Amino acid sequence: MTLPAAPVRLGGVFGASVALADPMEPVVHLRGAVTLLGRFPALAGIDLDVTAGEIVLLRGPNGAGKTTLLRLCAGLLPITRGQARVLGQDLGDRRSARNVRRRVGYLGHAAGLYDDLTVADNVRFWGRALGAPSCDLEDAMAACGLSGRLGDMRVATLSAGQRRRASLACLLVRRPEVWLLDEPHAGLDHEGRDLLDGLIEQAVSDGATVILSSHELDRAESLAHRTVHIAGGTTDAGEGRTPTVEVSALVP
Amino acid sequence: MFRDAALMAGKDLRVELRSKVTLQQVAPFAVLMLILFGVALDPDRGVLTRASSGLFWVAVLFCALLAIQRAFTIEAVDGGRDALRLSGLDPAGIFLGKAAAIGVQLIGLEVVLALGVVVMYGAEVTGWPLLVATCAAATVGLAAAGTLYGVLAAGLRVRETLLPILLLPVLAPVLIGATKAFEAALGGASADGWPWCGLLVIFGLLYVAAGTLAFGPLLEES
Amino acid sequence: MSAHPASTASSATRALGVLSLVGLAGLLGYALVWSPADVVQGDAVRIMYVHVPTAIVAFTACGLTTLASAMWLRKRSEGWWVLGGASAEVGLVFTALCLITGSIWGRPTWGTYWDWDPRITSTTLLFILLVGYLALRQVDNESGDAAQRGMRGAIVGLLLVPNVAIVHYSVDWWRSLHQPATITRLDPTIEGTMLFTLMLGIAVFAAMFVWLLIHRFRVGWLEERAGASGIEQALTDRRAEAGIRTGGAA
Repeated sequence: MTLPAAPVRLGGVFGASVALADPMEPVVHLRGAVTLLGRFPALAGIDLDVTAGEIVLLRGPNGAGKTTLLRLCAGLLPITRGQARVLGQDLGDRRSARNVRRRVGYLGHAAGLYDDLTVADNVRFWGRALGAPSCDLEDAMAACGLSGRLGDMRVATLSAGQRRRASLACLLVRRPEVWLLDEPHAGLDHEGRDLLDGLIEQAVSDGATVILSSHELDRAESLAHRTVHIAGGTTDAGEGRTPTVEVSALVP
Repeated sequence: MFRDAALMAGKDLRVELRSKVTLQQVAPFAVLMLILFGVALDPDRGVLTRASSGLFWVAVLFCALLAIQRAFTIEAVDGGRDALRLSGLDPAGIFLGKAAAIGVQLIGLEVVLALGVVVMYGAEVTGWPLLVATCAAATVGLAAAGTLYGVLAAGLRVRETLLPILLLPVLAPVLIGATKAFEAALGGASADGWPWCGLLVIFGLLYVAAGTLAFGPLLEES
Repeated sequence: MSAHPASTASSATRALGVLSLVGLAGLLGYALVWSPADVVQGDAVRIMYVHVPTAIVAFTACGLTTLASAMWLRKRSEGWWVLGGASAEVGLVFTALCLITGSIWGRPTWGTYWDWDPRITSTTLLFILLVGYLALRQVDNESGDAAQRGMRGAIVGLLLVPNVAIVHYSVDWWRSLHQPATITRLDPTIEGTMLFTLMLGIAVFAAMFVWLLIHRFRVGWLEERAGASGIEQALTDRRAEAGIRTGGAA
């Protein structure tokens, strides 16, 4: 079926203003960040600065640590060594990490959808959890092309691409200040990818910051302002359109 | 906290409403247990009638185990745990909401089992106030302790097998207390049963408090 | 890697070990030879000198695990985590001994190995609670990170004593309705040598508990250290993955 392209009435949905104590402080600031999964150092020293309004693409082979990095930025994983600040909050502190989790939107491999509920139920639940008004719920669903019949379908009956759209709607409704997208293009059809890219650009123009990983390199590189390479759990180089942000190699 | 609890409980009950797992799988299992007890314990000698209180609560205990596992299977599927941590919901609210949803389902199962015990085991129902109070107090304890130990086991690969060994010894006092209170009520000596009901209330309060306090750190760390 | 100590013993633990073994020999002498048989129970009473001390040690170990869990929650230091596990593990052994000696004693005294006595029932439940606690720790050791497994273990450990208390209380109350006169195991006017033997037994088993606990604690501590010392190597290996890839590309 054909899905409507991203509607224009999105201003309300993305009204995300990044509130930092110091406006010059980067939204994401990592120095020598090490994260252990069990005893495996998935991140072995990451240096990364992302300023407000940037779109950063994480590139690297499978197992390089992209997912772990995104989960760390979402406050979902503990930092073992080094420094990690997101939205001006120190991730090493549990209370601040909790604050960060409220303010970011994370789209992972697993979608966080309840299979037995309808798409509308899911969006409503995650939206209400953060106190989103109900007009936002409908806007978010419409923006993801989920209004009408699709909204009343059970998540279990959706296709992979439709699930992606549903989890995207759950993310939109949270009005996140930082978008952390792990392979967001996976599973989406051509129109879905256009829609996603449109949403990302709209979000950034409204003040949000986006970090994403993708294997759709052509598409992602034209979307991103900057590409950061990750290998072996470390960042090695940065290249791109905004050289003001320095990404230094850390590996000793 | 209570707003989050209501949201969570509403969500869990809606999942049950749509999936009907408790209705179509756990409730039949409850009745099946009553039949199996009947087959195992010679129905002719009045053993069943005498043991009906204990058998009722053993059946409730096993049903509770299934309901708790189901409540956390919902969250384990599809990264729901991460999503919950990102949700901004108050962990105490999540605990109370999940416990409330489990409690509501347990009440339903208790009604089914009670009907079964009356019909199949020939138990004569007397002492209504004590029976109802016992059910209410025991359900609070089962749901609260179950939710707390449920989330403990939830993130682990072996949760299905670990949960019973963690939870059932903890619930032993509920089994004893509720059985004793039921025996007293059915035996027409309600006065003997009220202290047991008091024990159940204490157990329930203890675990509601423990869960409300511990859920935050547990969800944060794991 | 050669810096690993070859043993978990020190001169203090060796002294404690020797003391425990000598004490045990002395206890054997007192329990089997030098103390008199009981007026009512005869020679069967002699198992009391093992049974009662193991019971005391078992419940103390349970309390220590709860204490260590509470301390972990406050300090978040590995030592308390290791202590909680060590105490529960050694405690489990003593709980098992307590149950076994209890049932051996029950045979001549009550005429049955197992009686639904409140103490037996609640000790059995303690045994299962400890097994569950250790199973949880075991599972967590394989997968989770330190904070995660620590928190789970600490919550279950912390609830151990309240659980044991409420189980004991309810079981006690449950059985006392059936048999108001439980068999009094100890003659109230316990005779001098018997009292001394019992005290000696408690002291010897307490020393053995501490001895085993220290060793188990050190093993656990070394395991943690070994895991931590591997981290530097793991970090180097992990970073090397990047070097190989960029090298290959260039």
